[in-house]
Amino acid sequence: MRRRNKLILVLSLLGVCLIAALFLASAFGAVNISLPDIAKMALNKLAIFDFPSTWRAVEETIIFQIRLPRVIGGALVGMALATAGVLFQGLLRNPMADPYIIGTSAGAALGATIAMLLPINLAFLGFGLVPVAAFCGALATVFLVYNLARVGGKTPIISMLLAGVVVSSFMAAIMALLISMSDRLQLNLQSVYSFLLGHISVTGWEQIAVITPLVIGGIICARFFAFRLNALSLGEEGAAYLGVEVERDKILILSLGSLLTAAAVSISGLIGFVGLVVPHAVRLSFGPDHRFLLPAAALGGGAFVIIADLLARTIMAPTEIPVGVITAIIGAPFFLYLLRRTRKEYAF
Amino acid sequence: MISLQISQVDFSYFDGLVLHKIDLSVKAGEMVGLLGPNGSGKTTLLKLASGILKPAQGEIRLDGYSISSLSRKYIARKVAVVPQQFHIPFAFTTGEVVMLGRTPFLRALADESEADRRLVSNALELVGISELVERRFNELSGGERQKVILAMALAQQPKLLLLDEPTVHLDIAHQMEILELVRELNTGQGLTVIAAMHDLNLAALYFDRLVLLKEGRVWADGTPNQVLTEAGIGEVFSASVRVEQHPLTGAPHIVIIPRGNANHQK
Repeated sequence: MRRRNKLILVLSLLGVCLIAALFLASAFGAVNISLPDIAKMALNKLAIFDFPSTWRAVEETIIFQIRLPRVIGGALVGMALATAGVLFQGLLRNPMADPYIIGTSAGAALGATIAMLLPINLAFLGFGLVPVAAFCGALATVFLVYNLARVGGKTPIISMLLAGVVVSSFMAAIMALLISMSDRLQLNLQSVYSFLLGHISVTGWEQIAVITPLVIGGIICARFFAFRLNALSLGEEGAAYLGVEVERDKILILSLGSLLTAAAVSISGLIGFVGLVVPHAVRLSFGPDHRFLLPAAALGGGAFVIIADLLARTIMAPTEIPVGVITAIIGAPFFLYLLRRTRKEYAF
Repeated sequence: MISLQISQVDFSYFDGLVLHKIDLSVKAGEMVGLLGPNGSGKTTLLKLASGILKPAQGEIRLDGYSISSLSRKYIARKVAVVPQQFHIPFAFTTGEVVMLGRTPFLRALADESEADRRLVSNALELVGISELVERRFNELSGGERQKVILAMALAQQPKLLLLDEPTVHLDIAHQMEILELVRELNTGQGLTVIAAMHDLNLAALYFDRLVLLKEGRVWADGTPNQVLTEAGIGEVFSASVRVEQHPLTGAPHIVIIPRGNANHQK
C-alpha cells in the first residue's frame, strides 16, 4: 500500500512537471512574456475569470496562435513517442527498442520525401501533404514488415525485428536515390533534413485538434494492455501460459504503438531518443510494472519534448536547432548515466 | 477436478513428425512422469497439453472440452505450466513475477486485490522463498529462479500442473524439495501433475505412473516397476543399465553400467 501511494505521488509530480514545462515554454521565445500574465490569459480564456489586461494584445496573439499550439504539439509528440517506446520495448522484450524500430521512421521518411517530390500543394485539416504522407508511410511500412515476418500463422518477434531492419535499409536507399535524382528535392534538402532530424511544425489549432484524440486515445488504450505487457516479459510462450492471446494482442499493441508514432511523426518528423530514454529512465527509477510505467512515461515524455523544443528555439535564436538534436544531446549522456548507475540490471 | 485426454494425436514441426498417434489419458489427481530421450517429444507433448501447440491430427480434451475451443484465459485458470527456463529482460522483483501468476484472473484496469496478494504470499511461502520477495528475479540463481516460476504457477491456483524438467537446474537437496512439494500438493490438494523428467531414479521415487516415449510414440505406460525395466531402458535410451531396488521404498533404482565394466554384469 505504501508503495502504491509513492507511485501515485510520483505520477502527480510528473504531472506538475508537465504543466510547469507548458507554462515555461510558453513564456520564452523571441518575445518573453511573464508567467503571471500567461496564467491570467489562460484563466480568462476559460471564461470563469476576468483579469484586467496587463499585457499587449500582440502578446495574447503570440501565446494563443503561435506558442501554445506548438508547446501542446510538443507535449503530444513526447507523450506519444514515450508511450510507443514502452509498448514496443514491452512487446519486443527488447530494452533497446524505440518507436521507430520496426520501420516506422524509414516509412515516414520515404512518404515525406515522395510528398516533397510531388508538385502538389494540398492542405487537409491543417496538414500539408508531407505530414499526411509521413503518417501513411509509417503505417504502411509496419503493415509490410508484419506481413513479411509472418511464418505459418505466427509472427515471431525475432523475424519481425529482422524484417524491420531490412525494410528500413531498403526504404532509406530508395529515399537517397530519390534525393540524388530529383532537382526538386535537391532544392528542398533543407526540409528533408529538418524532417529527418525532427522539428515540431504545428501551424495552428486544427492540427492539434486532429492529433490530440489520436494521442490521448492511444495512451488510454495502451493502459488496457498493462497486465498483458507485464506477462509478455516472460516471452510469447510464457504469456500464453498466463492466458494472453499472444498473436491477437501482438497485432493490437503493434497497431497502437505505430499509430502513436505516426501521429507524432506527422507533426514533428523523426525525433530520436525520446521513446528510448524516457521509458528507461522511468523503469530504472521506479521498476518495470507497466501499470505505472505507461502513464509515467507519457507524462515524462511530454515534459521532455517541451523542454527540448524550448531549448531548440531559444539557445541559438533566431536560428532554430532541430529538436531531435537537443533530445539526442540531452538523452544520450543521460541514458549512459542511467545505464552505468544500474548496470547490474542488464547483466544476465 | 480435471482430466486430460489426448487421443490419436499427431504433431509435426516444419521438419517432420514429432509425435505419432499419441493416446494418453490422465485422470484428476494423478501424478504422471513423462520419460524419454532428448527429442522424444516430451516437451512437445506438454505444449500440446497446455494448448499452445495445436495437434495436426487427433484431439485433446480438457475436462471433456476440446482444448482448441477454449480461450487462453480459460485454460490459464485451470492449467499452469513451469517451463525449463524463463528469461525476463526487465528488472521485475520476485514478488512481481509471482504476481504474474494472477494475470488470468485480473481485469484490465483493476489492481490486484487483497486476495491476490494473499495467494502470492502463500505461494512464496509454500515454495520456501518468502525471503526473496524483494529481490530482482534476474539476480537469482538458476535454482532460485526455478522456484520462483513454480511459485508463479501455484499462484495461478491450477487444477493441472505441467512441469518441464522441473529439477534440471537444481542441486540434489533442491530437487527433492521441489518434488516433495509437488507430491504433497498432489496428495493433499488433488492437484493433477504431469512432469517431463530426465532423471529416471527421481521419477521412479516420486511418480505413481510413468509414460515412456520413444521417437514420438508411447513406448510404455504404467507403474515405475512396469515401465523401468532393463530391457525397456536399453531399448529406448540405448543405454546399458541394471535395475535394482531402492533399499527403503522398493522403487526401481537404475544403476548405470560404464562401458568398460560391461563384462562385470551378472
